[in-house]
Amino acid sequence: MSLQGSGTRPQDISGTTATPEENGAAQLPADLQDERLIARQGISGAVGAFTSRLRSGDLGSVPVVVGLVIIWAVFQVANSSFLSSRNLVNLTLQTTSVGVIALGIVLVLLLGEIDLSVGSVSGVAAAVVGVTFVNEGWPIVLSLVAAIALGVLIGLFYGLLYTRFGVPSFVITLAGLLGFLGLQLLVLGKEGTINLPYDSALVGFATRSFLSPAMAYALVALVVVAYALSRWQGRTARAAAGLSAAPTSVIAIKAAGLAIMLLIPVVVLNGDRGVSSMFLLFLALVVVTDLAVRRTRWGRSVFAVGGNVEAARRAGINVRMIYLTVFAACTTFAAVGGILAAARLVAVSQASGGTDVNLNAIASAVIGGTSLFGGRGSAYSALLGALVITSISNGLALLSLDSNVRYIVTAVVLLIAVTIDSLSRRSRQAHGRA
Amino acid sequence: MTVTPTPLDVGAGTVLTLQGISKRFGAVQALKNIELDVRAGEVLALVGDNGAGKSTLVKTIAGVYTADDGSMVFDGRPVRVGSPAEAQQLGIATVFQDLALCDNLDVVANLYLGRELRRNGTLDEVEMERQSWELLRQLSAKIPSVRIPVASLSGGQRQTVAIARSLLGRPKVVMLDEPTAALGVAQTAEVLNLVERLRERGLAVILISHNMADVMAVADRVAVLRLGRNNGVFVVSETRTQDIIAAITGATDNAVSERAARRSREEGPAS
Repeated sequence: MSLQGSGTRPQDISGTTATPEENGAAQLPADLQDERLIARQGISGAVGAFTSRLRSGDLGSVPVVVGLVIIWAVFQVANSSFLSSRNLVNLTLQTTSVGVIALGIVLVLLLGEIDLSVGSVSGVAAAVVGVTFVNEGWPIVLSLVAAIALGVLIGLFYGLLYTRFGVPSFVITLAGLLGFLGLQLLVLGKEGTINLPYDSALVGFATRSFLSPAMAYALVALVVVAYALSRWQGRTARAAAGLSAAPTSVIAIKAAGLAIMLLIPVVVLNGDRGVSSMFLLFLALVVVTDLAVRRTRWGRSVFAVGGNVEAARRAGINVRMIYLTVFAACTTFAAVGGILAAARLVAVSQASGGTDVNLNAIASAVIGGTSLFGGRGSAYSALLGALVITSISNGLALLSLDSNVRYIVTAVVLLIAVTIDSLSRRSRQAHGRA
Repeated sequence: MTVTPTPLDVGAGTVLTLQGISKRFGAVQALKNIELDVRAGEVLALVGDNGAGKSTLVKTIAGVYTADDGSMVFDGRPVRVGSPAEAQQLGIATVFQDLALCDNLDVVANLYLGRELRRNGTLDEVEMERQSWELLRQLSAKIPSVRIPVASLSGGQRQTVAIARSLLGRPKVVMLDEPTAALGVAQTAEVLNLVERLRERGLAVILISHNMADVMAVADRVAVLRLGRNNGVFVVSETRTQDIIAAITGATDNAVSERAARRSREEGPAS
């Protein structure tokens, strides 16, 4: 079945076949009139389309979800407190900073580029907040703005180097990795560690701010209703334009699925402290990034540049602007992630953003299903990938295993993810979905 | 029959005129004093041997290269084209040989790349899809679905998508760079039909091709380039293929014309 969906069938050149109108196909929506098309309608059609997409190698986020389930099951068997409400709330707190940084990595990966310096950038942003807020006594808002602005500037600097001089992003950001680590040490000065005041709004937001259960449930309801409404609106618009539209039953099932998918975690998290405001911020950033990437002209241009730079340039897309904005967005997310990490740990040190922050963020994006080859990926891969990475370190910490094991396990998972990416890419090419 | 290039008349209906276009790459004179005019509703074939400067000329018109010398008149006013985007804004659309499609995007996304329709700041996918079908129907294009990645389309279908995309900007001039190269018999016919439909729409079509059969089939006039210079403009209905080939190769005693001459000599006395 799956093969028939691709364009490998011979062209109909006989000229003797009846036109769609004569076939009585005029009643069909405009996009379902070709006789070679396997019409997929209704619920079974939606399921069939999904399985045929999987078989052709268009895996999307399926491998990471399967991987996450396996990882959680293994840790739950090894230590029954892994899936407890308390630990899962911790997990959401730990996921946030890596996830926010990974969100930026997703964007650069969509262009087929890389940013190796996100760890150092996150560290230097945290250092700026620490020094200006604690040592210099700036208002917190001003400190945050300064740190985030630094993140934006660093990305613009990368983008300028890349677009004006054509230096490979790998090298630019490798230099950034060292350079901004140096800047971080310089900003922190001799003491090396700055403790953030525990009663400050920033630390409170990152450690003690949770949604009340009622708020969380209301939010779930709001999201599900908004989803169903936008789907319904899309359906109506498509029907009005004479295109095929998903049947109401499929929309209802998808909305119900979303409701269940959101309700279960909320119920579990509410068993302890609840849904963290910081985690909610991360989710909001994921949703906004996803919409920006899929629904705006900018996002479409990002995919186009990642798929074929020359085609994008000839289509009149301002390719330089795309590189500039994406590099800037990446380092901005890195700065925000660094600030959140510092706020959660209530301190900025020379180790902030060091060692594995960088690689965890990059690994998260890749494990989540964003292709290293550019032009393919989703903002949600940052969320899923970060959950996988954090689950591994969280679970191994529960088992009192040292970081040596954690590194090895993370490496294996990363390797599996990249292998799946390469294999599915080959399969997509074979099935004409590259 | 003598090879007489038709004089350049910058008369009514002329959309694009090139005057004295020259382009150097280092020590190489790629184009020298090129004169060319294209009229609305005609197919002008641009032919020449490898290295004659066809691609350079097309890229100069399309704004990929800037000419070192010479001027361009578009729609009655002198223009300078500094970038592909400027050429598009003027109304000069180009379909390059490599088609420049994004394999990872679907047909709709490729058609509207760089000029997506928007509603309330977000992409208006529904309207783009509806208009894509409308456009593809007008061109009698055979594309099964516009929501599949372009990677899964055949060569002719990809060419169709690339040509259809060039029409979305409502251009006055469409340049096609070797649209039938690497296509099968039926797909070539489809693309040639498409070229004729462009002409019926009143567009000026510049067709670059190595295939003389295709050129004679659809072109109204043929402009020959040889070693970066003009080597004659022929009206297809009044010209034999061998005259054009003679102009391309720069010799009247080439293999093709020799053979034709020999045959006509042999047949001459008999008849």
